[in-house]
Amino acid sequence: MTSRIRPFHHMRWNEPIIYQLSVEGQRGILVPEAEKEIEQIVGDGLSSIPGNMRRKDLPNLPEMAQPQVVRHFNHLSQENLGADSNIDIGQGTCTMKHSPKINEVFARSHKITDLHPYQDCSTVQGILEIFYRTEELFREISGLDRCSVQPGGGTHGVVAMVSMVRAWHRDRGEDQQRDEIITTLFSHPADAAVPKAKGYKVVILPPDEEGLPDLEAYKNALSEKTAAIFFTNPEDTGIFNSRILEFTELAHQKGALCCYDQANANGLLGIARAREAGFDMSFFNLHKTFSSPHGCGGPATGLLMVDRKLGVYLPVPVVRRNERTGRYFLDFNLPKSCGKVKAFFGVAPVVLRAYAWIMSLGADGLEEASRIAVLNNNYFMKKMLKVRGCSISFPRHPGRVEQVRYSWEKLKEETGFGTGDVQRRIADFGTHYWASHEPWVIPEPFTIEPSESYSRDDIDEYLEIMEQISRECYEEPEVIRHAPHNSTVHHIDHEYLDDPGKWAITWREYSKKYTGYFQER
Amino acid sequence: MTEGRSRDRKVLGLIVNPVAGMGGAVGLKGTDGRAVLERALSMGALPRSPLRVREALEALKRIADDIRILTCSGDMGALESERAGLPTEVLPIGAGPFTSAVDTMEAARKMEASGVDMILFAGGDGTARDIAGVVGTRVPSLGIPSGVKIHSPVFGRNPAMAGELAGLFMSGAKVALEEREVMDIDEEAFRKGTLRASLFGYLLVPSERRFLQGGKAGGGKSVAVELDGIAQEIISRMMPGDLYLVGPGTTTAAVMRRMGCEYSLLGVDAVRDRKTLGTDLPGKYILDLAEPGRTWLILSVIGGQGFILGRGNLQVTPEVIRVVGKERILVAGTPEKLKGLFGKALFVDTGDPLLDLELCGYTRVVTGLGEETLFRVER
Repeated sequence: MTSRIRPFHHMRWNEPIIYQLSVEGQRGILVPEAEKEIEQIVGDGLSSIPGNMRRKDLPNLPEMAQPQVVRHFNHLSQENLGADSNIDIGQGTCTMKHSPKINEVFARSHKITDLHPYQDCSTVQGILEIFYRTEELFREISGLDRCSVQPGGGTHGVVAMVSMVRAWHRDRGEDQQRDEIITTLFSHPADAAVPKAKGYKVVILPPDEEGLPDLEAYKNALSEKTAAIFFTNPEDTGIFNSRILEFTELAHQKGALCCYDQANANGLLGIARAREAGFDMSFFNLHKTFSSPHGCGGPATGLLMVDRKLGVYLPVPVVRRNERTGRYFLDFNLPKSCGKVKAFFGVAPVVLRAYAWIMSLGADGLEEASRIAVLNNNYFMKKMLKVRGCSISFPRHPGRVEQVRYSWEKLKEETGFGTGDVQRRIADFGTHYWASHEPWVIPEPFTIEPSESYSRDDIDEYLEIMEQISRECYEEPEVIRHAPHNSTVHHIDHEYLDDPGKWAITWREYSKKYTGYFQER
Repeated sequence: MTEGRSRDRKVLGLIVNPVAGMGGAVGLKGTDGRAVLERALSMGALPRSPLRVREALEALKRIADDIRILTCSGDMGALESERAGLPTEVLPIGAGPFTSAVDTMEAARKMEASGVDMILFAGGDGTARDIAGVVGTRVPSLGIPSGVKIHSPVFGRNPAMAGELAGLFMSGAKVALEEREVMDIDEEAFRKGTLRASLFGYLLVPSERRFLQGGKAGGGKSVAVELDGIAQEIISRMMPGDLYLVGPGTTTAAVMRRMGCEYSLLGVDAVRDRKTLGTDLPGKYILDLAEPGRTWLILSVIGGQGFILGRGNLQVTPEVIRVVGKERILVAGTPEKLKGLFGKALFVDTGDPLLDLELCGYTRVVTGLGEETLFRVER
């Protein structure tokens, strides 16, 4: 059989930051001077702005001509990886799937891009209707009753849920007493981090030998101090907690709320719902499961669904429909609301894409997508576990849903190469994989999620890459030691990623930390 | 030019305990002391260290041009270092027919004095203990596991990995250093079937954990940051006027450090209202201080083993624990340390079986600011 692996070399431009390309005085567009007649009518355009609202200095924007701008962004796009450029099944727990391009056409239509959140409701009935209908769809998907599309991402969905928990207990006068939130070690880190940031004490449950949250530990952790439980299910191990109803019932007996992190919902659509699992609220990632692109950190939406009893605590405003007139409107009149978690009411293009995707598939299509995702994952798993040096986390629990956390522990013991080494080498094939969230309790971890978008050929090609790398670890160690050979960046100094004093993900931040930008001004 | 380069070379101290591990093969549970060694030899034990060292030095060959080895004579290091073709300088130690702990300690002393960048040693817990006793946490150190007893988390997982890690550190790569426990067991008792390990000190060990790239890995926190979070959490819970007995360990030491209190790393200290009342207190004195309902016990988890009571803190007697009460025991451990105990329980061995039973069940371990992780406690 001929190899499926294609020769690859990554593009390297050593592209500067756009601010570094800026040349004083260069312009992309020369805006014509206003004609005399126009100036006579509207004035100079600036003096009509009140003095206290007028900025004193020019904004700090790069100055560049058009061709340089186009080149710059093309270079950046060529240095990228992703679902649109190769088989992207390695970004486990991120649910990388194909985003149909027609949905992009909708999102970029002027009917969306020209909208402004301050417009009067009577002029934005279309997008309000889409918000409203999306809520209706998610009632079916989750089994829950009320919705907010305000959260701008998955972690933001957790922020909204913690805010709701706070509002609920405050309304019952139990907010002081209930200061603990229980989560599990393999739930997403946000499920622990956000409650902490919101002032709760977090109690973490370890998994038992089968990889399920330890039920005995849970019973021990629950008390009248418990405000809520925050569970991801299935967790990133791919293991579904089939005793979940037992967990939620115990929490309810203690007066705690049950909050569901459904960022891993891709294997559950039409199969298992938050309602039947006993949850009071849940968030979904429209940018993962529902096919809106991830966009490298946004824009995104962590759509929140809650039980009827919690509807009055939702962030304001909520979208409602006047049954008499059929008109949609924004309802700000929620006196018990947990407040706003984000400006305005939701990221319209993301909700629109998700709505279009769900409508194009229908109920049966959603379920089929989930079933294919589970099938793909189990096909991949059966073959991956035959690759030398690879094993699975929690082997006593063979069943997995839509992703699997694997381990290269055996490879490390036998060859000295671990997951970081494989990760460096896999860049030579134009793809990548993700290891694990902290803490790395599964030795030498990696997490694969082959969603429904990938064909059997895609999966086989990726497997062949893994087989080749494993073989090299055993037989050609120098190839691994010096990898990557066909990529651009060799070893990254992770100190910069780990130190808040050093990392800089924007030019503004870089300037602040490295060039004293703010001091100069 | 050559001289200039050689002066820039980093220096790796290499100490080989040539008899380490010999007792194991013939069932002697250790090779501490000359009498046991002679017994092992008479039973036909063969040296085990040289092969283990050879395996570890393999990884250093790649950076042979950038380092220099400072070691002891013959089978205490020079033999294998020269065999590996590494530039070797030999200290006049270990030339006699029988070498002992005294030679190991002398070598460590000389190496520290000459300013080595790191000490790589081959042996077991006994060797680690000898080195920790001399250099403590002043010189980065790492063990090539070749002894019988490997209870201290100061060794590479296997010789090759120890070599890799030492090579990584010596090549100037950024490797985090962590204070790790040096544990040793009473060999006499172990031969009679009782396993009892105690905490003897700390070594500064390069950490094997690496942070990988990947958008959502988000990096991990350094151990120093983890320790500080735990310290903040515990301090925030302290009640005015109550007495806090602070057990040994780096985690509890972080609490004392953050309060600016004087403390002992290996002893039990007493503190009230952020003032140290005494350090390294004996059991009798601790019992006198302890007042029911107003006394708390802060314990750290001993890395690698998971003991919280009965190893390295025997001053905390069953009587003291009863006065304090189960609900006033605070256990702390960094997520990094607890990773090594994943899937295992914590242990208590107070010497009072009934009390041990009472302490069993589940406990909350403070693992960060505003964070606790549940652990099973067994005896």
